[in-house]
Amino acid sequence: MYHIISIRDFERRDLDYLLDRAQEFDTGDYRPGILDDKLVALLFFEPSTRTRMSFATAMARLGGRSISVDSVEASSIVKGETLADTIRVVSGYADAIVLRHPKEGAARLASEFASVPVINAGDGAGQHPSQTLLDLYTIRQSMPIDGIDVGLLGDLRYGRTAHSLALALSLYGVTLHTIAPRGLEMPANIALELRERGMEVVEHPNVEEAIRELDVLYVTRIQRERFPDSASYYNVASSYRITADLLAAVKDHLMILHPLPRAGEIDPAVDRTPYARYFEQARNGVPIRMALLHEVMK
Amino acid sequence: MSTKDPSRGLLVSPIRNGTVIDHITAGEALNVLRILGITGSTRECLSIATNVESKRMRKKDIVKIENWELRTEEVDRIALLAPQAKINIIRDYRVVEMKGVEIPKVLKGVVRCPNPGCITNTNEPVESTFEVLPKGLHCLYCDWLIKDDIANHII
Ligand SMILES: Nc1ncnc2c1ncn2[C@@H]1O[C@H](COP(=O)(O)OP(=O)(O)OP(=O)(O)O)[C@@H](O)[C@H]1O
Ligand SMILES: [Mg+2]
Ligand SMILES: [Zn+2]
Repeated sequence: MYHIISIRDFERRDLDYLLDRAQEFDTGDYRPGILDDKLVALLFFEPSTRTRMSFATAMARLGGRSISVDSVEASSIVKGETLADTIRVVSGYADAIVLRHPKEGAARLASEFASVPVINAGDGAGQHPSQTLLDLYTIRQSMPIDGIDVGLLGDLRYGRTAHSLALALSLYGVTLHTIAPRGLEMPANIALELRERGMEVVEHPNVEEAIRELDVLYVTRIQRERFPDSASYYNVASSYRITADLLAAVKDHLMILHPLPRAGEIDPAVDRTPYARYFEQARNGVPIRMALLHEVMK
Repeated sequence: MSTKDPSRGLLVSPIRNGTVIDHITAGEALNVLRILGITGSTRECLSIATNVESKRMRKKDIVKIENWELRTEEVDRIALLAPQAKINIIRDYRVVEMKGVEIPKVLKGVVRCPNPGCITNTNEPVESTFEVLPKGLHCLYCDWLIKDDIANHII
């Protein structure tokens, strides 16, 4: 049985394969109703409108159906049921489980108790592999990923999307440029792991210094909760904000990506520049999730 | 079995049957006892020597316990604290078996994950699982890496 738990479980050829499949789904190169006899359970123990909607959309486009838990309050965890039990029960209803859970490692645990495939849709501060795949897919639509310069900007300490994207990019000979406010730098363990995987990781004190070298700038959310007060948050957030002025001397093909929703990290004026690709990126969640759902249930 | 100078002989009275854990990393003897669940209320003859001189290690700790046999999980835990430890089985005052300890590749239920957000720190029916890497212990659930102070995380 095939589970999708962590980007660490994938080798380069697995990623490439899934990206190729996503492209086929994207261009309509598949049999309509290909999963019309399948049912997926969307178990979201944490709010997430986008990820959940895009899995539901992907399933519907494949002709399949979804069942879901409406809210955490209504679900059995408030009644004290373990995730392990929930998973065993739901395994009897659906052909696959898509799980979002606040605890790290929840998806790994679920895969051990499930009798159907599990797709991790985010486990706490841990992994969120479908996000990483759609990030890679968006980059690959514009340029070969090999050997490019990618900047990661924002909260690189707690930002799981940034960690998991960096791990995936390390399989493509990418040079990583990190730009993070003090206190939100990439954890030493992760930087070490990336270097062990042969990745060149360059730290930059500010965006201005790094941006001209980049092929891709990946901006992540800087959360207010990470700061002692709103003054220090605004202070940091404003100095890491992407504005149209910053883009004066960048490479022509620079792509700016963001996992969305954004707080104020990117000035809306940037949306009108050709560099802004985050809405396209969000749209790519659908073909990627079609590829994942199809792969585990075909 | 021993040819050492009698003046440097046993520091304590010999035991008839039991286990001697020798060559423990200096200072770790009390942690070894903690792992074995041995407290002050134990009834068996127990002796501990810490920071004694050793040819091989400069300084070492030794724990001797009468009528005690180590379980595999206990040996795995000791290996983490004291990779050079030697376990001697004593029968009728003689060392009948001497073996080293080995850190297994995967530790199940041995170490608690320091990450409060880790699924292994909940009421889920799952044991903590760490893979042993040269750089530390890696949680297979949440990817946390324990680099030092391993003794403090042993369950
Ligand atoms: N009957 C006994 N009661 C208590 N301790 C004992 C007894 N017999 C041996 N020991 C202890 O067990 C350990 C191993 O003893 P032994 O003399 O067989 O080997 P050794 O030559 O010291 O081994 P090593 O090479 O590991 O240092 C020593 O710490 C010794 O003091
Ligand atoms: Mg000796
Ligand atoms: Zn953990």
